[in-house]
Amino acid sequence: MREKMASFWKHLAGQPWGLWWIQARRLVRIEVRRNLFSWRAGWIYFLAFIPTFIILIHLMADTHHSSWISDDTNVLAGIVQLYYIRLGVFFGCLGIFSRLIRGEMIERSLHFYLLSPVRREVLLLCKFVAGSISAVLLFGSAILADFALMYAGFGAAGTDYVFNGPGLGQIEAYLAIVVLACLGYGAVFLLLSMMFKNPTPAAMLVLGWEAINPVMPSILQKISVASYLRHLMPVSVSADGIFALLTVQTEPVSAWAATLGLLVLIAVVLVYSCYRMRTLEIRYTTE
Amino acid sequence: MNDQIIFEDVSKFYGEVLGVNRISLTIPPGITTLVGPNGSGKTTLMNLMTGLVQPSSGRISVVGLSPSNSPELFRILGYCTQFDSFPRGITGWQFVFDSLMLQGMSETEAVQLTIESLERVQLGDAAGRKIAGYSKGMRQKVRLAQAIAHHPRVLVLDEPLNGLDPMARAESIALFQELGRQGMHLLISSHILDEVDRISDRVVLITGGYLIAEGSIQQVRQEVREKPMQVLIRCDRPALLASRMFAINHCVEARLHADGRGVFLRTADIDQFYSILNGIAAEGLVKIEAVAPADDDASAIYQYLIGSDGSAL
Repeated sequence: MREKMASFWKHLAGQPWGLWWIQARRLVRIEVRRNLFSWRAGWIYFLAFIPTFIILIHLMADTHHSSWISDDTNVLAGIVQLYYIRLGVFFGCLGIFSRLIRGEMIERSLHFYLLSPVRREVLLLCKFVAGSISAVLLFGSAILADFALMYAGFGAAGTDYVFNGPGLGQIEAYLAIVVLACLGYGAVFLLLSMMFKNPTPAAMLVLGWEAINPVMPSILQKISVASYLRHLMPVSVSADGIFALLTVQTEPVSAWAATLGLLVLIAVVLVYSCYRMRTLEIRYTTE
Repeated sequence: MNDQIIFEDVSKFYGEVLGVNRISLTIPPGITTLVGPNGSGKTTLMNLMTGLVQPSSGRISVVGLSPSNSPELFRILGYCTQFDSFPRGITGWQFVFDSLMLQGMSETEAVQLTIESLERVQLGDAAGRKIAGYSKGMRQKVRLAQAIAHHPRVLVLDEPLNGLDPMARAESIALFQELGRQGMHLLISSHILDEVDRISDRVVLITGGYLIAEGSIQQVRQEVREKPMQVLIRCDRPALLASRMFAINHCVEARLHADGRGVFLRTADIDQFYSILNGIAAEGLVKIEAVAPADDDASAIYQYLIGSDGSAL
């Protein structure tokens, strides 16, 4: 066993890590450029910043009393949980990550990457990293802007809430949730885009699964991105009507266990994606 | 190190559709042309040797390397595909430069090679423009520039002359010949059989996914024994020469050249034909100026083996 481990480490050490690092930096730069600076990304900007626009109107049009801070805090928590996690990040990641492989197959340009001296696993992981950076930059900056605008109208009370109260902890948690959501949904959509010519119907099934997941047995709840993220929310959202389905409370799980669980789920999905990438064939005529 | 491209009993099926079937082929360095009708399996063969598709059975070795997920192979191989598509919004410069950077080169080296390859295909002036605004010929050229930029040992070119104007076509052919002389492997698929003749050291004929023949054009022609060979003889009295050949009962067909200064003779036994021709020349009745085979070109071979006129492809 010890010999096998030694052999494994020796094998790892013998890999061209320096070359992979150079290739990865270049690939990520190319992909981030394509993800963020194209007209086709416009609708993802819209998804990310539409709440920011609404909060900006709220800031300019409504009066703010210091006693209403807790109300606005609940509204912001609702926006993050019900809009960003369930819809904004979900569809944004669908747009970004399903384009990385399938989009290039449809545009008939993936072969340029496959004909370069880059290991396919490195290529896939770089595309995933680039997609994650793009999604996190968009949705992270949107949530930061939402947060700043939400409390800007409260003046000194708002500043006090952010810097001396629970505000900074909440924004840290929201950012962590957005990062994990982008990684989780990103990994899932990247895999779906490799499995299906049109990943949208499968993504709709995932959306449905995420919606009904809270009422599933606990073992099935582990196969869900949103179920892990729910345990990380700094402010619980109580909702009525149809929104109640989205906010069902489940057995409490510690933040570190939820984070670790989600990271394991992401790792499993990525490993399987790497396997599919190894055997991927370029047959554009069937796309 | 093995310097040959080897296909060992390679088959590829797309579901129930045959791509290529039981291809065994050894390709030495030089210029080799794949010839065959549309859907014959030429692109499949090229995609197999570059790992874009995996063989259903058999083994492929490209200068000793397996094409399956092999970064080492792509350091020494360039593939100019016939897919007329590019990453969105990219300029000619970015296209070549990015591919060189993925080779792990320094920026200085990549810049130098980008300039060199773009100038080699006469695209230096248009390098800063977006590829979306290029003409078909320019897109063909930029693909070629990207394929040769890293100085590969093996260059695979799928219909590289498509879309090029006569001048660009001549320049490309000169470039291929220069690369071939440098000892590089060039595997070219082409529909333009006249130009195949000018550039190829070897031809591989393929149809319906099956390998029909391979070798130099002359070798392949000689293997097609059931088809009488045609020879053009330039002489002062072509009609007399034709009548002498028929008198000996050797030739199966004779046709006077349009300018009246030669005759096409078709013979089933080329060795005996030359022997008889020597005899006639020695008699002094006919003054022979030149003798040349008239149908050992790719077009004729294509017609004999595959059954249609190559020019109609």
